[in-house]
Amino acid sequence: MTLPLFTPDQDPGPSFLGLLDRLGMAPPEVTGSLEADAIAHGTTVLAIRTVEGVVMAGDRRATSGNFISHHSMEKVFPADRHSGVAIAGAAGPAMEMVGLFQLNLEHYEKVEGSPLSLEGKANQLSQMVRSNLSAAMQGLGVVPLFAGWDERLEQGRLFQYDITGGRYEERRYAAGGSGSLHSSTVIKLRHTPDLDFSTAVDIAVEALFEAADEDSATGGPDPVRGIYPVIATIGSDGFERMADEDVAARTTALLERLGDRSGR
Amino acid sequence: MNMPLYVSPEQVMKDRADYARKGIARGRAAVASTYADGVLLCAENPSNTLRKVSEIYDRIGFMGVGKYNEFDQLRIAGVRHADLKGYSFSREDVDARWLANQYAQILGQYFTHEMKPLEVELLVAEMSPEVGGDRLFHLLYDGTVMDTTTHVVIGGEAEAIGARLDESWSVGLQLREALRVAVGALTGSDRELVPDDLEVAVLSRDGERRSFRRIEGDDLGELLG
Repeated sequence: MTLPLFTPDQDPGPSFLGLLDRLGMAPPEVTGSLEADAIAHGTTVLAIRTVEGVVMAGDRRATSGNFISHHSMEKVFPADRHSGVAIAGAAGPAMEMVGLFQLNLEHYEKVEGSPLSLEGKANQLSQMVRSNLSAAMQGLGVVPLFAGWDERLEQGRLFQYDITGGRYEERRYAAGGSGSLHSSTVIKLRHTPDLDFSTAVDIAVEALFEAADEDSATGGPDPVRGIYPVIATIGSDGFERMADEDVAARTTALLERLGDRSGR
Repeated sequence: MNMPLYVSPEQVMKDRADYARKGIARGRAAVASTYADGVLLCAENPSNTLRKVSEIYDRIGFMGVGKYNEFDQLRIAGVRHADLKGYSFSREDVDARWLANQYAQILGQYFTHEMKPLEVELLVAEMSPEVGGDRLFHLLYDGTVMDTTTHVVIGGEAEAIGARLDESWSVGLQLREALRVAVGALTGSDRELVPDDLEVAVLSRDGERRSFRRIEGDDLGELLG
């Protein structure tokens, strides 16, 4: 591996993906198709916008058809200091996409000396999802959520994507994956414009619990193994993953509330 | 018939070295030194957009003096190399020694084979998670590499600044003292430097993955007191 020097007309610019392309290291095109059951899929993720920023959450289960392939998969990641990305869909390509996305943002920041705008980051991800379209047609679709703190507007913003790279900014909340229908119903009923982080985290815990209750591919809280949803807050202080103990305590409180409601 | 003009290799090398040295000596100097919690990078640079000090990787920093376009091209190549290596292998496999050797190859190549040598002097710094493990690699225009664990001056008037630094620097300084020592060495006795004339950054041993932090504005003013 030698030092990559380019003539000005060949220079790939501040994009890491452009650099990989130029060096012939870009991931290969997918040909043929795969049985959906053969590979692991990540399931439910969600993001809720609050006055303090955005809360992102994801369950921990990955499934291959009827099998549970992982009990403790992570689906919510920091994209950089002030943004996060959550993924649903084919697990392998999704992890690769997150890794490349993180690297691309950091690479841009180092080469240019200043970070991309939040809008710029969201567009980058959109192009990455779009370039995965042929793989998506073969059953390797990846559908991310992206959220971050916009330094210019001084507010949290969140973006949802479809499989073609279509980018949709949501003002209240977004959910992705097989449990999205159930979890978004919970959020929809409880969302208010003046939400703070703490309330939104409780809503997220409940939404994931209800999704796991109705959807076999979404994992619920697992006190036996100590596995709880991954929850992160993204505000003016940046991306912060909540401690597992904190999520566990909120889950316990939720279970007690639900127990009371069903008269046990 | 034209006779090809003969110039001895000694003369060619000397001329090239003089040319490069002259170009470098025109620029302002920069100082790198280790301190208790990492590595301090401090350059005299009145511009706050054309940087001399920058981040390469998690624990690796870069300083260049001389011709801006030349050292900036090398800086970007270093960022690309480090990111590619981290992507192909793992983040912990990216190290400054390898990068310094690559820079040395390129500088040496230019010095002997190209029309003109690169008019740059570089510093590659690596912060180690363990105290005492920090490394500073100093690269000259002809590809010479030197490494040290203490302090380095690059750029114009390096000898005078280096002598001042030798006098006042010691192992295990806190950031505030290390910065005072570095700025004092850059300044000398017959002039003043204000925070706006300085570009300061640290590779800080504070446990964050990306250790590079710029110290600017009020923070810099406060540290310089």
